[in-house]
Amino acid sequence: MGRMIYLDNNATTQMAPEVIRAISEAEPVVYGNASSMHTFGREAQKLVEEARANVAELLDCQSSEITFTSGASESNNTVFMIAKSIIDKKGSGRIVTTTIEHPSIIETVKYLRKQGIQVDQASVSADGRVKMDELEKLMGPDVVLVSVMTGNNETGAIQPIAEISKMAHACGAMMHTDATQAIGKMQVSCKDWDLDYLSCSGHKFYGPKGVGVMYAKKGRPFEPLVHGGEQEHGRRAGTYNTIAIYGLGVAAKLAKENIDEESRKLWAMRERLREGIVANVPNVVVNGCKERENCLPGTLDVSFENVEGESILLMLDMAGIAVSTGSACATGSLEPSYVLLAGGLDIELAHGSIRFSLGRFNTMEDVDYVIEVLPPIIKRLRQLSTRG
Amino acid sequence: MDSFMAQWVYTDTVKDHFMNPRNIWNKDENWEPDAMGEVGSLACGDQMRVGIKVVDDKITDIRWLTYGCASAIASTSMMSEMVKGMSLEEAYNITPDKITSALGGLPEHKFHCSVLGDKALRAAIDDYLEKNGRENPYKKSVARIICECKGVTDQMIEHLVVTDQAKTLEDLQRLTGYGTGCGKCKAKVEHEFEEMKHIHGK
Repeated sequence: MGRMIYLDNNATTQMAPEVIRAISEAEPVVYGNASSMHTFGREAQKLVEEARANVAELLDCQSSEITFTSGASESNNTVFMIAKSIIDKKGSGRIVTTTIEHPSIIETVKYLRKQGIQVDQASVSADGRVKMDELEKLMGPDVVLVSVMTGNNETGAIQPIAEISKMAHACGAMMHTDATQAIGKMQVSCKDWDLDYLSCSGHKFYGPKGVGVMYAKKGRPFEPLVHGGEQEHGRRAGTYNTIAIYGLGVAAKLAKENIDEESRKLWAMRERLREGIVANVPNVVVNGCKERENCLPGTLDVSFENVEGESILLMLDMAGIAVSTGSACATGSLEPSYVLLAGGLDIELAHGSIRFSLGRFNTMEDVDYVIEVLPPIIKRLRQLSTRG
Repeated sequence: MDSFMAQWVYTDTVKDHFMNPRNIWNKDENWEPDAMGEVGSLACGDQMRVGIKVVDDKITDIRWLTYGCASAIASTSMMSEMVKGMSLEEAYNITPDKITSALGGLPEHKFHCSVLGDKALRAAIDDYLEKNGRENPYKKSVARIICECKGVTDQMIEHLVVTDQAKTLEDLQRLTGYGTGCGKCKAKVEHEFEEMKHIHGK
């Protein structure tokens, strides 16, 4: 097998060796149900609580404010259902969010609208950042929940969550952020940002898949999405996924320790990749954020004129490089990425977009290899293209 | 490479035609077609251009260019191999089904990517006949009836879309009366309408 380079870290990450080691050691011995009173159960509970403490440390909040879920999709759904429940009880109320959220929010919004709930979505500028004036106009005393993602999975654009949080609280609304893509790549603080709710997932920061976190500030309303047991103080039923939760905790600890150094390294690789592509491939457009402070450090989204994204993806795949595309053809729908279109990107360019997302285990050599392999692929596809 | 390649959703034939496409219209070649057809648009995510040379109503040579995904590229490449040496009539009757089975199948959600190849070819044959001032005797033979009650064919829908007469389903129903009989065809007609809009960049 030739060289294999994984540049799809925004889709999911490889588990850190430290995480694999920890869960491999725990798995054979800690098999008790964490809700059981006996020694086996207490051993399991200890791992769960250790993980909770690590996560609380990473998110800058209290352990008691952390609920473990199956992932950010579940956490997002839970938060929106809490808002629905409040609105239903009051008989009025509104939710404010954006057009570039993860599908677990976009689709939940569609569902809530069908249920008669008013949800308003602020749009974004070409750099992928939410239009603050538009958001401001959507605020009002009837708003129950404001939900804006911290960093976008496609463009990498970071939103000013602390500022939005102030706006939300000024009109009496609660603030939620889906921080899934941001965790481990930038400092996230529930306290400093004055958040009411936050969602994230273990597998985006080198932890296991199928486990996530929902932060709910002490005293904030909570309604379980999954009923059936007293786990997580009745907030989330279902037998504890002890080993995955423990792995997530280890990943959280690692993220906390390495965050600044890791961000610097990711940004350096991202910039080298960007410069290399722009210098070696004609007619490219870099999508989304430009400045370091507004951009998730490992994310680079680029559109190649006159070539279609899935073709590029597959050619890169043949060369051992894994990326993702905003092209319609990759999803089977006829529409390309709604995130790129929301930023006003030309539909033709959206079809030709490729997202490179770097991670902890990438190296500068990986970046150089991409810069070497990519230009002839684009050239070749342009030779085949009707617009080449 | 095996375990890696096994994850491809495409057959080996598709991969082969994607990586080594046949009959590419190389711009440096100065290849002059007798006729040409183009369908699709970049906005839709796929566009194809086909050029043909014709001797005695037989396609003697073909070149193509495709902006699109692997399925679209492989389909056009396969189509170009299949129609070389065919009579115009045979070539006109090439369907996406025939192309996809020659490719060993496409993933279901990719099927629509293969529908442009034969359309571009038909557009080229239409162009050839028109240039030579001839009637098109093949058109009728490939018309597919979609709404039986009202006799609405795929070609009628295509014509109404291309000429901008039917911009919405309401237009289409007003013009053709589709779905006003037994109503069974509704989903099919609507699918065809969306597909045609997509193909012609409407």
